[in-house]
Amino acid sequence: MNNKHLILVITAITILLIPFIFSSGSGKAIVGSDDQAASAIENTGYQPWYSSIWEPPSSEIESLLFAAQAAIGAIILFYVLFHYRSKNKPRNN
Amino acid sequence: MEGFLPWQWCLFWYALSIPVVSYGVVKIKRFTDKNPESKPLLAVSGAFIFILSSLKLPSVTGSSSHPTGTGLGAVLFGPAVTSVLSAIVLVFQALLLAHGGLTTLGANIFSMGIMGPAGAWLVYRVIKGLGWSPSVGIFLAAVIADLLTYMTTATQLSLAFPIPTFSESLIKFMVIFAYTQIPLAIVEGILTVIIFDYLIKLRPDILRTLKVLKPEETSESNKKYPEAVKE
Repeated sequence: MNNKHLILVITAITILLIPFIFSSGSGKAIVGSDDQAASAIENTGYQPWYSSIWEPPSSEIESLLFAAQAAIGAIILFYVLFHYRSKNKPRNN
Repeated sequence: MEGFLPWQWCLFWYALSIPVVSYGVVKIKRFTDKNPESKPLLAVSGAFIFILSSLKLPSVTGSSSHPTGTGLGAVLFGPAVTSVLSAIVLVFQALLLAHGGLTTLGANIFSMGIMGPAGAWLVYRVIKGLGWSPSVGIFLAAVIADLLTYMTTATQLSLAFPIPTFSESLIKFMVIFAYTQIPLAIVEGILTVIIFDYLIKLRPDILRTLKVLKPEETSESNKKYPEAVKE
């Protein structure tokens, strides 16, 4: 079981590292597919008719908020897993 | 992508998504009243979507994109419930991150909360029916949830912008979205297998109530992890 998960984690990390190996030296930045789609739409001559009510003031703040989102998720996830785990343990320790 | 869909399309996707989300809310209420012990699992499914959709991962094509995380919720609770969980995440991202958007919320709920999870749910049921291992089922379900979400987005954009034609536009958006998404979908599949295995180990009883596991699979995992059997 643990071996299976170890192999899976290593595979996942390898998949995520491949783009860095290929893009290093080419000098091309990694662009978000959503931004690519947005510019593809703007190339057709379309102008967005509405913009966000509020935008993060900088990309640093945006990263911070994305990290906060991940943290909220992680806290809930591990709280429940911990709760399940402690319930399963025999109470003789 | 706020404001990037013509308003008629915004309304169209809202009209398709709202009934599913409403049904999902009713289903959550009914299900948690009947099985209060499943509430933490619902929280795990939502939290998993929160985590995965916050990550922007690099892909082999020199692009980056977000996983969806909806495969787990879809397999455990079905597409309607997952549409509610996805809607919560999408509103959070639209308001706080200027990511997605309120005008495109209906379209995003439809792709991420409905189409992806519906595909995942179906794949898992088929694989369960074939008697294959639950790990294979959850892996493919999560991969399909991710890919189908972005294929739906590509289709939605080509419907709104069939320039010069729908099919040429579809190829263009599929290249942008689906191609980038393949390695990310595999990574998402792997992460979902790990959390799913852990849930099987901790609470096989709830997964049996949810009809995610067959009784014999549960007794098998009970044998494997006797510490998880409730007295």
